[in-house]
Amino acid sequence: MEQLVTQLIDGISAGSIYACMALSVVMIYQAINHLNFAQGEMAMFSTYLAWQLLQWGLPYWVIFPAIVAASFAIGYAVERAAIHPLRGASELSHVVVFIALFSIFNSAAGFIWGFGVKSVPSPFGEGPLFEGALLGKHQAGILVVTLVLVAALWVFLRLTRVGLAMRAAAANPRSARLVGIPVERVGALGWGLASAIGAVAGMLIAPIIFLDPGMMMSVLLYGFAGAVLGGLTSPLGAVLGGLTVGIFEKLVEAYVPVVGEQLKLPIALAVIIAVLLFRPSGFLGQKIVQRV
Amino acid sequence: MKPLLEVRGLSAGYGQIDVLRGLDFTVGEGEVLALLGANGAGKTSCLRALSGISRRDGEIRFDGVRIDRAAPEAIARLGIAHVPDDRGTFASLSVDENLALGAMARANDASINADRERCLDLFPRLRERRAQQAGTLSGGEQQMLAIARALMMRPRLILLDEPSFGVAPIIVRQIFDVLAEIRRSGTAMLLVEQNTALALELTDRACLLESGEIILSGSADEIGSNDGVRAAYLGH
Repeated sequence: MEQLVTQLIDGISAGSIYACMALSVVMIYQAINHLNFAQGEMAMFSTYLAWQLLQWGLPYWVIFPAIVAASFAIGYAVERAAIHPLRGASELSHVVVFIALFSIFNSAAGFIWGFGVKSVPSPFGEGPLFEGALLGKHQAGILVVTLVLVAALWVFLRLTRVGLAMRAAAANPRSARLVGIPVERVGALGWGLASAIGAVAGMLIAPIIFLDPGMMMSVLLYGFAGAVLGGLTSPLGAVLGGLTVGIFEKLVEAYVPVVGEQLKLPIALAVIIAVLLFRPSGFLGQKIVQRV
Repeated sequence: MKPLLEVRGLSAGYGQIDVLRGLDFTVGEGEVLALLGANGAGKTSCLRALSGISRRDGEIRFDGVRIDRAAPEAIARLGIAHVPDDRGTFASLSVDENLALGAMARANDASINADRERCLDLFPRLRERRAQQAGTLSGGEQQMLAIARALMMRPRLILLDEPSFGVAPIIVRQIFDVLAEIRRSGTAMLLVEQNTALALELTDRACLLESGEIILSGSADEIGSNDGVRAAYLGH
C-alpha cells in the first residue's frame, strides 16, 4: 500500500511535467491544426536562455517573465520566417520544416552551450512539501503553475475574441478570412503562445531532469501522449491526460517487471496508439461532426 | 450614380486554367444581381475572385476602391460578405460562436447582440440550436447559419453561392423569404443560383454566364422572357 501511494505521487509528479508540455501541444494544435515536433526543442532552447541569465546572476523571478516574453517573440518569429512562406504547401512540407526546426534548435543549443548536462535550480526550493510529505516542493509548484496555466488558457480560448478568432482560424481558415480574421497573424500569435507555454514547461522540468539539448525528447513524446489522451482541443483534457500518462508510466514501471527503466518510452507510444484506436477524441476532446 | 461594385475585364481561375474570361458587370447600391448559368459556367469562380480567395486578373472596384489586389480578410472588412458554396461552417464551434465570428471585424459593442437577436428572429431554427456544434446542423440549417453569419458582418454587399443547393424545398422557401427581406433592407446582393426561376423572383437584373463569359444580361423580366433562357433554364 505504502509503495502504491509512493508510485501514485511519483506518477503525479512526472505527470505534471507531461501536463505542462501537453498544454503547449494543445495550444499549437488550436492555432494551426498541426502538431509541432520542434515544440520540445524550442522549450529546451528557452530553458538554456533562462540558465544563461541565471549564470549572469539575475534573480529567478525577473528571468521567468523575461524568458516567457522572449520565447513568445521567438515563436512568433519562427512562424513568420519558417512557416508563413509555406502557406498552401502540403502537410508533408510542414513536417519537413518541423524536423528542420527540431535539429536547428537542438544543434544551436549544443553549439552555444555545449552538450554537457547542467543543473537548474528550482524556484520553489528543494525537499518535501512539508515534514514527511511524499510530494516535493518543486512538484507541488509545477502542479500549481500548470493549473494556473490551464485556467488562463481556457479563459483565453473560450472567453476572449482573440481566442475565438484563433479557434476559428484553425477550424476553417478560408471562412475565417471571409469574416475578416487575419488568419496568418493569428497563427503567428498561436506559435508565440505555444512557445511561451513551452518555455514555462522547460523551466519547470529542468530542475528535475536536468538541462541538456536532448532533455525534451521523451518529455515531448509523453506530452503528445497526454495531449492525445486528453483530446487535442481541450487544455483541461491535456492536463488530465498528462497526469494519467505520468501515473500509468510509474505504475507500469513498478508492477510490470519486464518494462523497467529501459522500456518506458514505448509506453507513451502505446498510449497514443490505444487512444487513436479506441477513442480518438480523448477524454475531453471535441468530436467534430460535419453533416453534409 | 456610381455603382457599388464595378467589375471590368475580370479573369479568374485555378492554377494555369482560366475559368472566367473578361467579365464586365456592375452591382448598384442595394441592387440584387443574379448570375445564372449551367454547372461549370464560372459562377462560383466569379464570387471567389470577388472575395479574393482565388487567383484573379482585371479591375474590381468596391465603392470606388480597387480591391483586385486586396487580401480576403481586407475585402471582408470593407463590407463584402461571401456565403460560399460549401457554406463555410465552423463545424467544431457552436452556432452562437459562428454568429459571433461574423461580427469579428466590428467594434465589440451592444449592437452585436442586437444583430444576433435579429438574425435569430429571421431564422428561428437557429435559435433552438444556439449551443449546438454547428457541424451537426442539417444542410438547410447550415445554409441559414451561413447567411446569418454574413448578416452579422453588416455588409454592404452579400455574395451568395447557391443558397438553394442541397436544401429541402420548404427550407428553400424560408431562405428566399429571408433574402427578400434582406433585399428590402437595402443590402446589395450578387446571387449565384442554378434554380433560375427562383433567382429571377428575387433579383432586379440578371447575367447569363456560359463558358466563362457573359452572353446575356438584362432586367429579370427580360431574362425571364428570353426564349433561349426559357428553353434551356426554365424548362418551358
